[in-house]
Amino acid sequence: MVRYFIKKLITLVVLLLLVSITVFSVLYVLPGDPAQIILGLNATEETLANLRAELGLDRSFWVQYLGWIGDILSGKGSWSINYDMPVYDLILSRLAVTGPLALMAMLIGIVISVPLGIYAARHQNRPGDMIVMFFTQLGLATPEFWLGILLILLFAVKLGLFSAGGFPGWSVDVWGSLKALLLPAFALGVIRASILTRLTRSSMLDVLREDYVRTARAKGLRERSVVYVHALKNALVPVLTILGLQLGQLLAGAIIIENVYYLPGLGRLVFQAIGQRDLPVVREIVLFMAAAVIIVNFLVDMAYASIDPRIRLE
Amino acid sequence: MKKYFTNLNFSLGFALSFVVIAMAVISFAWTPYKPNAMNARHRLEAPSISHPLGTDQYGRDTLSRVMVGAVNSIVVGLVTVAIGLSLGVLLGLISAYYGRWADESIMRFSDLLFGFPAILTAILITSILGPSAINAMLAIGIFYIPVFARLTRAVSMTLWEREFVAAARASGASEWAITIRHILPNILSPLIIQGTIQFAVAILAEAGLSYLGLGAQPPHASWGRMLNEAQTFMDISPWMAIFPGVAIALAVLGFNLLGDGLRDTLDPKMVKVR
Repeated sequence: MVRYFIKKLITLVVLLLLVSITVFSVLYVLPGDPAQIILGLNATEETLANLRAELGLDRSFWVQYLGWIGDILSGKGSWSINYDMPVYDLILSRLAVTGPLALMAMLIGIVISVPLGIYAARHQNRPGDMIVMFFTQLGLATPEFWLGILLILLFAVKLGLFSAGGFPGWSVDVWGSLKALLLPAFALGVIRASILTRLTRSSMLDVLREDYVRTARAKGLRERSVVYVHALKNALVPVLTILGLQLGQLLAGAIIIENVYYLPGLGRLVFQAIGQRDLPVVREIVLFMAAAVIIVNFLVDMAYASIDPRIRLE
Repeated sequence: MKKYFTNLNFSLGFALSFVVIAMAVISFAWTPYKPNAMNARHRLEAPSISHPLGTDQYGRDTLSRVMVGAVNSIVVGLVTVAIGLSLGVLLGLISAYYGRWADESIMRFSDLLFGFPAILTAILITSILGPSAINAMLAIGIFYIPVFARLTRAVSMTLWEREFVAAARASGASEWAITIRHILPNILSPLIIQGTIQFAVAILAEAGLSYLGLGAQPPHASWGRMLNEAQTFMDISPWMAIFPGVAIALAVLGFNLLGDGLRDTLDPKMVKVR
């Protein structure tokens, strides 16, 4: 286990390093001069040169890269051009929207998918299963932003139960903020539920064929306790790993839905920052999101390896 | 052919994709109205006999625009899958055959790409290169390279250990000849299946990008962009927000089912790679 852990840890560090270099170099070649953006079109060549020197834009690629990484590792981070505040603070304030949104979406996804997946597995190839499977296909084919628009159409425009977007802020109105996240979380959650239902079903089907399930049945246990006590626990292992991966993806994947609902989340922040050429913000958020995905993948690998010794020997 | 059509997934998927493709093909020769023709007197109309799916804020006919949008989506599907297939299969074959550092570096490269959140990176790429249909396709296609590379690698690695490859080797065939004559034909069906599914994924992804304004630029019709425009007029004309979305969902459903149906019939034992 220790050897496997070290090997994976080295891969993790190398990968993070490569990601940071990629992010930095991609944005390094981005057209648009940050100094020009800050000072506007009327700035003289001399003031531009001064600002470039002040921002360190005149130094070589590697010097700039190392300076950037150093700032990030020391917890200082960079400074946003547009918001004139530390990018770390910006990320934290936006994470207060995207984080709960992703968690709510996951929760909705689980509540829908686990019972449906178990139901479908227990009724394999019967009409109930086929109906569930059809709806999951439909869910996989529906763009989540369109579902978001349809929900606005129904609940905000027609029924007037929700507002069509916006976010009051946690410190102003906790209940209103929760309500503002409900529709987008539902749109994200329903789509995630399609994948999770299919996964729960297939994993449950695998487990129900195992010997220990047959033993449990042979012992005369009630069907309910066979399914919910013995089988479910094991069937949920792969579902949990996918949940972990999905959570990482959701942090980044909420970009479009945040735009549909005008939510001041991480995705909308980075989307606007790209448009405004606010490089320090874009750079750090892309790095943050990619690192989140990679680190979650690593943790999932570790969790798997500690459960299943066969993986470490590969 | 009969074995395909007894499969429910395949039949349904075939029918839906056929409708989408037919819509696109017909739109070259005929649409009810010119897709970009504005008509100030018929703005934001509900569906009627003269405009079966209604009109948009400029009085353009939604049915005509949905038809032309199908062309856009199909082109996106074709181009992105072509990018992924051409480079991915090549890298996958190299990876499976050479092993060692070639394999290691290609696989780490694909880990790297998978590490980046796809939507975010696609947004980044399109805004660096400038928003356009072609750049959106590039941005999506890049993520398909590791998908096909992994699939090709996984399937062809098992093939290199099979007896018929050993036999070909013993009879003096060069590695290159074995790759072309024995490996490629045998990885064809998993590639077709994966290709169909990625085709569907591309339609979905492009819709998201063009919703954000990063895909096909106006006045060209694309389903995602139509939904974006619809959102502004939702309280006056809810119809605008319905039909382009239905088109996306049906197209994606169609190609997904087609892929599943092909998997059931072509290759029941296919290994699923990501």
